[in-house]
Amino acid sequence: MATIHVDGKTYEVNGAHNLLQACLSLGLDIPYFCWHPAMGSVGACRQCAVRQYKDKDDNKGVLVMSCMTPAADQTRIDIDDEEARAFRASVVEWLMINHPHDCPVCEEGGHCHLQDMTVMTGHDRRRYRFNKRTRRNQYLGPFIAHEMNRCITCYRCVRFYNDYAGGTDLGAFGARDNIYFGRYAEGALESPFSGNLTEVCPTGVFTDQSHSDHYTRKWDLQYAPGICHQCAVGCNISPGERYGEIRRIENRYHGEVNSHFLCDRGRFGYGYVNRADRPRVPEWTERPGQEAVTLGVDPALERITGALRQARRIIGIGSPRASLESNHQLLAMVGPENFSTGIESREQACLAMMNRLQETSGLPTPTPREIERHDAILVLGEDPVQSAARLGLNLRQAVLSRREELAEQIGVPAWNAEAVKTLGQDRYHPLHIVWPAPTELDSVAVARHALAPDDIARLGFAVAHAIDPAAPPVDGLDPASQERAGEIAVSLLKAARPLVVSGGSLASEAILEAAGAVARALSRRAAQGGLVLIRREANSTGLSLMGGQTLDWALDELSEGRADAVVVLENDLYQRLPADRVEQALARANTRVVLDHQRTRTAEGADFILPAASFAEGSGTLVNLEGRAQRFFRVFEPAYLRPETRIHESWRWLHTLAAGLRGEAPGDISLDLATRACAGAHPGLAGIVDAAPGPDYRIEGLRLAREPQRYSGRTAMRANLDVNEPRPPQDTDTPFAYSMEGYSGFDRPRQQIPFAWAPGWNSPQAWNKFTDEVGGHLRGGDPGIRLIRPQPGHREYPDPVFDDGATDSSGLRALVLPRVFGGEETSARAEPVRQRMTAPVVILARPDAEALGVRDGDSLTLLGVREGDSLMLFGGPDITVSEQEDWPPGWAGLPAGLLPGLGQGATLTLGKPTGGES
Amino acid sequence: MRKNKVLSVLWLIPASWSLLRTMWMVFMHGFRKRETVNYPEEEVYLPPRYRGRIILTRDPDGEERCVACNLCAVACPVDCISLQKGEKDDGRWYPEFFRINFSRCIFCGMCEEACPTSAIQLTPDFEMGEYQRQQLVYEKEDLLINGPGKDHDYHFYKVAGMAIAGKDKGEAQNEEVPEDVRTLLP
Amino acid sequence: MSWWTPQLAATLWAMFQALVILLAVVVVGAALTVVERRLLGLWQDRYGPNRVGPFGTLQLIADMLKIFFKEDWTPPFASRALFMLAPNLAFASLLLSFVIIPITPGWGVADMHIGLLFFLALAGINVYAVLIGGWASGNKYALLGALRASAQTLSYEVFMGLSLMGVVAMAGSFNLRDIVAAQEGLWFVIPQFLGFVTFLIAGIAVTHRHPFDQPEAEQELADGYHVEYSGMKFGMFFIGEYVGMVLVSALIVTLFFGGWQGPWLPPIVWFALKTSFFLMLFILLRASLPRPRYDRVMSFGWRVCLPLTLVNLLATGAVLLLTGS
Repeated sequence: MATIHVDGKTYEVNGAHNLLQACLSLGLDIPYFCWHPAMGSVGACRQCAVRQYKDKDDNKGVLVMSCMTPAADQTRIDIDDEEARAFRASVVEWLMINHPHDCPVCEEGGHCHLQDMTVMTGHDRRRYRFNKRTRRNQYLGPFIAHEMNRCITCYRCVRFYNDYAGGTDLGAFGARDNIYFGRYAEGALESPFSGNLTEVCPTGVFTDQSHSDHYTRKWDLQYAPGICHQCAVGCNISPGERYGEIRRIENRYHGEVNSHFLCDRGRFGYGYVNRADRPRVPEWTERPGQEAVTLGVDPALERITGALRQARRIIGIGSPRASLESNHQLLAMVGPENFSTGIESREQACLAMMNRLQETSGLPTPTPREIERHDAILVLGEDPVQSAARLGLNLRQAVLSRREELAEQIGVPAWNAEAVKTLGQDRYHPLHIVWPAPTELDSVAVARHALAPDDIARLGFAVAHAIDPAAPPVDGLDPASQERAGEIAVSLLKAARPLVVSGGSLASEAILEAAGAVARALSRRAAQGGLVLIRREANSTGLSLMGGQTLDWALDELSEGRADAVVVLENDLYQRLPADRVEQALARANTRVVLDHQRTRTAEGADFILPAASFAEGSGTLVNLEGRAQRFFRVFEPAYLRPETRIHESWRWLHTLAAGLRGEAPGDISLDLATRACAGAHPGLAGIVDAAPGPDYRIEGLRLAREPQRYSGRTAMRANLDVNEPRPPQDTDTPFAYSMEGYSGFDRPRQQIPFAWAPGWNSPQAWNKFTDEVGGHLRGGDPGIRLIRPQPGHREYPDPVFDDGATDSSGLRALVLPRVFGGEETSARAEPVRQRMTAPVVILARPDAEALGVRDGDSLTLLGVREGDSLMLFGGPDITVSEQEDWPPGWAGLPAGLLPGLGQGATLTLGKPTGGES
Repeated sequence: MRKNKVLSVLWLIPASWSLLRTMWMVFMHGFRKRETVNYPEEEVYLPPRYRGRIILTRDPDGEERCVACNLCAVACPVDCISLQKGEKDDGRWYPEFFRINFSRCIFCGMCEEACPTSAIQLTPDFEMGEYQRQQLVYEKEDLLINGPGKDHDYHFYKVAGMAIAGKDKGEAQNEEVPEDVRTLLP
Repeated sequence: MSWWTPQLAATLWAMFQALVILLAVVVVGAALTVVERRLLGLWQDRYGPNRVGPFGTLQLIADMLKIFFKEDWTPPFASRALFMLAPNLAFASLLLSFVIIPITPGWGVADMHIGLLFFLALAGINVYAVLIGGWASGNKYALLGALRASAQTLSYEVFMGLSLMGVVAMAGSFNLRDIVAAQEGLWFVIPQFLGFVTFLIAGIAVTHRHPFDQPEAEQELADGYHVEYSGMKFGMFFIGEYVGMVLVSALIVTLFFGGWQGPWLPPIVWFALKTSFFLMLFILLRASLPRPRYDRVMSFGWRVCLPLTLVNLLATGAVLLLTGS
């Protein structure tokens, strides 16, 4: 701690900060541009000038840049100094000299940091009479719009994109006042974190293209605290709604999970919520192949109850992308003995093992933010950037943090970004990646070992053995691998805080056991390590804590005639298991009820579709990969602007349906009751009740406002339907109001913040007002509650067990590689993500390619897939061949989402496309 | 002082005179010209800046002036304006729909003041009575006129730095030609 | 025809007269509501109500229709019986006062010896109407208005009576016909100027007209004692006020301006002309004077008007004694 004196008042601040950060943390306003809490100071914009005095007797002082001055003890500064103020006003004035006169047609307008700072410094007239510099724009892909005229050359974009996120295709070009920020040639930005440029850029150079396509100003959006459903990290988001559509996703600050940044899948993958083909009213197909008829709520429920009552046995298939509440209502309706999680068996086994390891491996699971403080990392059989992108960014920071350590040794503060970067050069904390395909993190890794799944597990066990000789040795390991294992073990042992990252992407229990063994070995060597296990979907962890049979079991029950009705909850079964198997099982059922917010293949084959709420219209609880239960809240009431819609949360549908099946009148159901029912029924989930405040939560007697105070058009947006305005929807489930009336301030600490705004701070920089210290934690505490805690106790190493390593000579085995864009079912339905999906590629080892008679760049067609004893024939799409030097032979790497239902390790028959098709 | 207290009733004299004079003056007003305009028999003169029915104007080139910036909507104290931004192929913004609920409008003129492009203007027309309130909801078709309204010359895109069809970067007011980033010449 | 006696005929004639006069008063009172608005309009450079019928002549009918069809609502918190009683009392007491006014030598409802005293007594009863109305409404504004009204009326009635004593002394009678007769040569307004002025003031105050309408001051009391009244009950208070205006104007004419007397024109015309003038004066006062503060009204009554009337009475008495008439 340090004591500083600002404008004659004395404050206690964190001495490791710079003055700007310290003052902002105190709630004092100093304008700034180039500084960012996550990226430190470079002193480029000269905006944060304050007057600093040597001591008590110094009454002259000098102007200093507060971002470049340490908050040392007994520092004396004046923010409200006349010359400093004039200086800051001049800086804004000259930044505005070339600023185009286009705020009205700028997507940044209304949440623009430059606007805020201009107002804060008081500049309002352009005195400069000469011409403005202009610059051309570039096409930067479906995510980011580019308008270079607005640039104020703060360099934040390249500092984030290149230095922080490791992108390589954005740069600063030119010299002196002729600076250009863009790509060397037009084209989509490659980094999966490019979306953060929209929040990092203090003005409108980089704006959200997906938002621009249906643009609404920040003040006109209705928000609720959301949780991203696109992967298992559980990033906190602020979805903004207008006219019944989600218009944009903004980062919602969470001190432990996502802090300032999101990945592009989460930010731009919301489009599926707005799809025109979404089911919005219950639908009934009397006989397969017939046209579906729409039904009202009551007739639909009556018909479904009637049909389900005739069934001998109803199977309920849950979903790892649905909330805990919905899954529990389904489980309660069909009974635990008839409930399936909807997860394929190998994945479910992996999930169960990950939960077990998280409790018993001996190493705790760090939060994403804590990951950044680890100093040696082993990524075993996982590609974090593709499968849980936000974690990839955290891992990158962990690797880069070596620089800060080096800087500390010579007394350079960590926030002095350029100095730290120059000092560090390419000295990183060791990162070992064991993964067959190239990853985004390769550039900062010591090495990437491209191995087949079983070999990954072998290497893992070998590392464990090298760390702790008590761990079982691996038989028959080649000397090269032995050596690698030794290297990895040494670097992990040298570290103070080693981290093991693994996950279920390859659906291999052996890899997870190996990662567990490494973790166990590390824990025995008394290092302060961590173990991160990556799950695939938003609620995979939660559903595995709830438990249930596998999807394979559920399909068997159906296809073998032990059950004749099935209720599928927000799950497209065709994404999980081969189509013929799903089709066959569903065809045997007499009644198929599907609740979903998407028109999936499963939904299309159903007798009944009930329109379920997506994250935008519904509330519920998810558990992320660190075991943190987090609640997401409904953003808007769809029936307000589209009165014909009958979208309800699945838990509400299922509760009513269950009552109907019992022949009772539906009792009360609310989010609170649904959450409590779930928590009460599953001891592992008992904590979820406390994940967020209940509907009675009030601040100063007020509900929390979903809309900013300036929300416009209330009396006109619905007037085309009826000039008589109905009462705004009332929300009895949550503490939020569908109104601007309610608490939306920052001075009362709270966890649930639909949107960040503070007087004078309209941009995302307003989050600084909600945190205990800038870049720290929310003053009300970071939301969510951790459910999985390490259990004390000594545990034995498992004996290495490997999948059958036997290569099927009849063809190559599929290695499904996770991918950010297109690898997840719902976001793949969003238009900008579809555009951003890479062309289908099959990665082959050179010998395999030669055997098939193809070379890099040629096309192949998938002719058939054999998995166990099921054989599927494709006339599939052409796939480009990518030969890779170190690719494990016998395997064919295919991107996830390309062939839905394709399981890891399935045998593929590949062939050249028939010539006639060209 | 004691003497003055008795005399103090003398204030009644000027006061009474004042009252009587007031009454006389008010009485004489009965013979003045009337201020009332007997609308509708007599026509009402409305000054050009009268705040009546709201219109959307076009720029001197005949294009829609409104760029859907939403400032009118946010300035509106009764929240009776709602619109949606759309974008033409050349990057020009326009309102996909623009709705004013005149049953809520109070004709305060804040929207006109907020408008950065002179698109939304109030006109000297107040004769908007309807028997159906629904008819008071005006859409863009009802609002958009074929002229520049009160502001004859202003052309937002000629001032703003954004490029649109027919006006490239560097062709707006006070603009240099776009920089060539590939040169190092001063 | 044995039942047809002159006595019966006289009674019937008197009843007919009474009916005509009282009806006429009510009609005039009602018409005044429109006339007042028209005059106020004139003096404010407007037209006033001119939309219903030619030149707005049917406005009165429109207003009547409106007030008849308004919901006659009694608040649940009001004291029912008293609440009903008050407007009737207010209306009746003022209307009844009119019986003492001699319109022409031949017309008049009652020829009473105690004429003036009867008026003063009924003016006293009118206070009860206001007080009861204000109290029965169960509304704090109504109660405040009623308290103001009673305090004001009581104060002003003190010197209202005294201001008339000069006239009574000079005429030697309380009977109004005698008083009119006594003004054959000289209207009492000249010898009794002070009396006239103070009676005018008191008359305005007693009828709660501007500028002495503190009991119903809209800004402070939201209409005072009749704030809870609606429909015809309010109408009775409302018309009652105008009847009061007509009554006071008629009294002024009778007591100070020689009643029906005047050359050339028939007496009824003179009476109507003179009364109309004072009605106009009432409205002109409203158009031109602001409402003074309530305490000023009270202090003006007690400290200016009362001494003036006393001085007037003493002087009149002295002159009468000296001249020995």
